[in-house]
Amino acid sequence: MKKLLVLFYLTLPFTAFSQEDLMKLVSDSNEVFVKTATFKASRIINGHSVETVGKNNLDFIISHRFDRLNRGFEEFFGLDAATIRLGLEYGINDRFMLGIGRSSFQKAFDYFTKYKLIRQSTGSINIPVSATLFAGYAIRTQKTFPQLSGFDRSSYTAQILIARKFNEALSLQISPTLIHRNRTDISTDNRTVISSGIGGRMKLTKRASINGEYNYVLPNQINDSYKNNLSFSFDLETGGHVFQLLFTNSFGMTERQFITETDGSWGSGDIHFGFNISRTFSFEKKSKMKP
Amino acid sequence: MKHFLLLPAFILIFNFSSAQNKLYSSNKSEFSFFSKTPLEDIDAKNTRASSIINSSNRELVVRIPVSQFQFKNKLMQQHFNENYMESEKFPNATFKGKINEEIDLNKAGTYSVSASGMLNIHGIDQNRNLVGKLTVSENSLLLETKFEVLLVDHKIDIPKLVFKKIAEKINVSASINYVPYQK
Repeated sequence: MKKLLVLFYLTLPFTAFSQEDLMKLVSDSNEVFVKTATFKASRIINGHSVETVGKNNLDFIISHRFDRLNRGFEEFFGLDAATIRLGLEYGINDRFMLGIGRSSFQKAFDYFTKYKLIRQSTGSINIPVSATLFAGYAIRTQKTFPQLSGFDRSSYTAQILIARKFNEALSLQISPTLIHRNRTDISTDNRTVISSGIGGRMKLTKRASINGEYNYVLPNQINDSYKNNLSFSFDLETGGHVFQLLFTNSFGMTERQFITETDGSWGSGDIHFGFNISRTFSFEKKSKMKP
Repeated sequence: MKHFLLLPAFILIFNFSSAQNKLYSSNKSEFSFFSKTPLEDIDAKNTRASSIINSSNRELVVRIPVSQFQFKNKLMQQHFNENYMESEKFPNATFKGKINEEIDLNKAGTYSVSASGMLNIHGIDQNRNLVGKLTVSENSLLLETKFEVLLVDHKIDIPKLVFKKIAEKINVSASINYVPYQK
C-alpha cells in the first residue's frame, strides 16, 4: 500500500498540468467577439445598412434600375431604359466612412457619411445591436424650367441604423429616418418627412442571401400619389464582388427619391428590375511582413 | 502512517509552487499566412495568439483566435471569417503537442526543434509534426516555425467560382516569445 502511494506521489509532478489545463490557461476571459457581416453590403437594397467600408478600402458601386416591368414586350419589360448610379465609398477607419454618388435620374449628386457608433458583440462585452449614424446631402442638377436655385434643389437625410444579427443567417434592421427637402415637388407636401425603414436578410448559403426592405412614411406628410418603397433582392457574393439582383417600385436611388418620391405601385406592376454591383479595393499599404 | 498522510498536503503545495515556475507563457506572438495565386496575393496577420510551454515535460499548447487575423482588404477578412473559417462556429485554431527533442530550457542557445501533436483548424483535428527553431535566452524563449496548411485537410471549402483566387495550400509562419508564467 505504502509503495503504491509513494509511486502515486512521485508521478504527481508530471501530471500537475495536463494539456487541457494548459489550454484553459491560454484562453482569454476578456475576449470580445464583435459580430461582423450583419449584412453583406453597405446597402440592404436601396437604403443603407449598418455596414461601413473597412479602413483604407474603397468600394466602387454600380447600380442600375431598369424601367417598369409592366411596360410590356414593346419595351422589353422595362429593360430598354435604365437609370444608373455610380458610387464611391471610402473607409477613413473601420468605423467612419465617406461616400459620393451620381445618379442619372434627375442628374442627382449625393454625398454622405456614416459612422459606426456601436458594434454588436458577445464575450466580456455584451452588446445586443449594432448602430450606425448616417447623414447625407443630395442635389439635383437636371435643368428645369423655371431654373431653381441650388438651395431649392437640395435635400438632407439623417438616419440611425440599428441592426441585430440574430444568428448566422438572419439579420434585421430598423432605420428611423428624417428627410428635409428645401423645396418639394408638390407644394402641399411636408418639407421635413419622418419615416422608418425596416429591412432584413436571410442567408440561403454562405454566399447567397435574400433581402427585403420596406420604407414606411408616417401618414399625412406626403401626397397620396406617392407610395412606400418596397424592395426584394437576391445577394450573391464572389470574392471581391457583391451582386445584388433586385426588384423595387422606385426608380431613384438616393433617400429623397426612394423614400419620399416613389410613385410606382407593386399592385399595378410598377416594378423595376435592377442590380447593385460593388467591388472593393484596398489601399492599405503593404504590411511589413517577412516573406 | 500519520506522517505519511500529511505528506500529500506538502507535496501538493510544493508541487503547485514549483510547477508554476515550470511554465512559460507567451507575451508576444505573431502568426501570419500567405497564399499566392495568379490573381491575387492574400496575406493576413494575427498578434493575438497565446501559448504555453510546460518546461518539465515540453508540452505545448497554442490558441489562435481566428477572427483576429487582420487583412488589408476588409472584405476579404469578412469572407475569411464568414465563408471559409466560420469563425463564429469555430472561434479558435489550436495546437496541442509536445516538443520531441529533449532540450534543457535553462540552457541558452538556439535549437532545431519539432513538435508533434494535434492541429485543430475549422473544428477539424489533424495530427501534425511541425518543425521550427527554439531560441533559449535568459528568462525567455523564442519559438519560430513555418508550416503549410492544406485547406482540404480541414474541410475548408472553396466555391468553384473563386477557385483561382484562393490557393489550396496556405503557408503559415509563426513566432512566439515566452516568458516565465505569472498568475
